[in-house]
Amino acid sequence: METDLRKNAAVSATPPDDGLDAVGALQEPLRRALYRYVAGSHRDVSRNEAAEAVGIQRTLAAFHLDKLVDVGLLVASFRRLTDRSGPGAGRPAKLYRRAEVTHEVSLPARSYGVAAELLAEVVDDAGADAALHAAARRSGRKRGVQARAQLGEAPSLEAVLAQHGFEPFRDGDVIRLKNCPFHQLSRQFPPLICGMNLALLEGLAEGSGVEGVEVRMEPAPDQCCVALGCAAGDSKTNVR
Amino acid sequence: MRAPLAQFHLAQVNVMRMRAPLDDATMADFVALLAPVNALAERSPGFVWRLKTDEGDATAIRVVDDDRILVNFSVWESQLQLWNFAYASRHLDVMRRRREWAERLPTRTHVIWWVPAGTLPTLDDALAKLERLRAFGPTPEAFTFRDSFPHPVALHVESNGHSPARYRDGEARREPAAGLGSVPSLPTRPIAR
Repeated sequence: METDLRKNAAVSATPPDDGLDAVGALQEPLRRALYRYVAGSHRDVSRNEAAEAVGIQRTLAAFHLDKLVDVGLLVASFRRLTDRSGPGAGRPAKLYRRAEVTHEVSLPARSYGVAAELLAEVVDDAGADAALHAAARRSGRKRGVQARAQLGEAPSLEAVLAQHGFEPFRDGDVIRLKNCPFHQLSRQFPPLICGMNLALLEGLAEGSGVEGVEVRMEPAPDQCCVALGCAAGDSKTNVR
Repeated sequence: MRAPLAQFHLAQVNVMRMRAPLDDATMADFVALLAPVNALAERSPGFVWRLKTDEGDATAIRVVDDDRILVNFSVWESQLQLWNFAYASRHLDVMRRRREWAERLPTRTHVIWWVPAGTLPTLDDALAKLERLRAFGPTPEAFTFRDSFPHPVALHVESNGHSPARYRDGEARREPAAGLGSVPSLPTRPIAR
């Protein structure tokens, strides 16, 4: 009995290893390639499609994909890929997509998200939006200049955006962003943080030397609310 | 068979103090946005009702003895739908620019609360909710998005034997229920801050 209590005490003193398990699962190169493929896709991916994309056997792909589901990096669902239903319609396909949960690992443990929430609350209460946006614009410009040093003198806007974790994709003349690096914070303080993000992106475009970019607010489901149009113009509010 | 209608809707009110009178050049964009943003609200999913005068917005309504204080008051079918209109539509950009037009006020300016579906709170009710939030912080009776509370346990039958007021079948639920009118009563004296 005493031994059990000591064991329980030891277990409760260590933090959960979910993040480590997730990141650790990506050590395996094939698994990392599969994860990248599924995460980068705009729709659910089947085992066969992923296997072909990475160039491995289907059963091997299934093994790795299911391991990624186990550690919480991917989510699996079942859907019929054809219109048929009823007996003889075939098994529903197993589809994979990136899990929405954020996995973070910091060693030693760091909680910048907690600090960010506190700072955002104070800035929001103080009405200091303009100061934050100006700081974000300056920071974006600096990062844009750094991007030129890292990516070459005339980097594409998409390369710069990708470097900063925005997961850009083209939609005609517009670049949209699949990921918001400030997602959770933006749900707590949308006008403040989305405004900060817009200013940061304005600075980033400017600093990396890309001309004729219109950075504007264009909320859409499952995307960052900022879009970058490649026509010249200003970023004034555009409500129709 | 139709799913039962929701028993509660979400009301919201917010006040702002304009940096300048409406006809000032610095407020021009704000004025230009009033009509399109109000139209956007009215066609957004979950919209039930908003306070407006014959001019189509609420800028003529005075709640205190200060011409610069504007009130924005509306009712929605759910918290999520209000949130989506406020922060996941083109309205987000207006919010992004709020400091261009609204002064920072030292007290809470925005409150949300549950009302029985099919009823509309009065403007007096709304301002009282804001005072309650200011006095007690978020409570089940008056709260915020960041500190919200679930709606009360559903009502069953009122003491007069009738079910709570519901919208008529087939209506788009964009108009208030019959008999409630479109403008609630205004306070007879200014509300002290």
